[in-house]
Amino acid sequence: MKLARVVGTVVSTINSPAFDERTLLLCDLLDPSGAPAGGSMIAVDAVGAGAGEMVLLLDEGNSARQILAAPGAPIRTVIVGIVDEVTGGGAGDADRD
Amino acid sequence: MQLGRVVGTVVATVKVPGLTGVKLLVVQPLDRALRPVGGQVVAADAVHMAGPGELVYVVAAREAAQAMPDPFVPVDHAIVGIVDAVRTLAGDDPAAPRPSPPPAPGEPAGGPPASGPTPLARRGTRGRAPS
Repeated sequence: MKLARVVGTVVSTINSPAFDERTLLLCDLLDPSGAPAGGSMIAVDAVGAGAGEMVLLLDEGNSARQILAAPGAPIRTVIVGIVDEVTGGGAGDADRD
Repeated sequence: MQLGRVVGTVVATVKVPGLTGVKLLVVQPLDRALRPVGGQVVAADAVHMAGPGELVYVVAAREAAQAMPDPFVPVDHAIVGIVDAVRTLAGDDPAAPRPSPPPAPGEPAGGPPASGPTPLARRGTRGRAPS
């Protein structure tokens, strides 16, 4: 799993049916210290994350489909948690707003 | 999933049977400011409506095949949505073709509100006391 920060939303009306009624969030990848690690991903929101929050990204298809209860959906990246705090792996408290 | 821009089409007459009828497009992956990042990829069009110039999002790896009618087609990138708007925290929409200027002060607000991007409300950190 990866740490990321929600930086926006992606709006789409013409999409694969598996994405109907799902929220797509644009996330910047972070390192454990909370600094941008380079790159961004679009993820399906499974926890109700909001803009600016540090989140846990799951980037594995089988788990994503299991969490979303969507067998056969072409979904690979899902937000599975909202991070309160990260300790270690860098400069300590990573959730700097 | 990744943002991308359709920059071309691929025509292949001889291909494995699973790819018959699958539209193949050349996609340039983009970062969130819609700048090109990385090399171009050939993606199957799973929404059947993408065309050159369009902003799309692409799913990669095994999940790409899941987007197709036959989930065992040999594709590793698939276009699974056409992007209408990208709304970022700062309120800018890099996907907007031409951002409309804000109305001048005192100008009567005529017509329906602009369908432009609206900034997201920034939410605080949950469950933490202010430090």
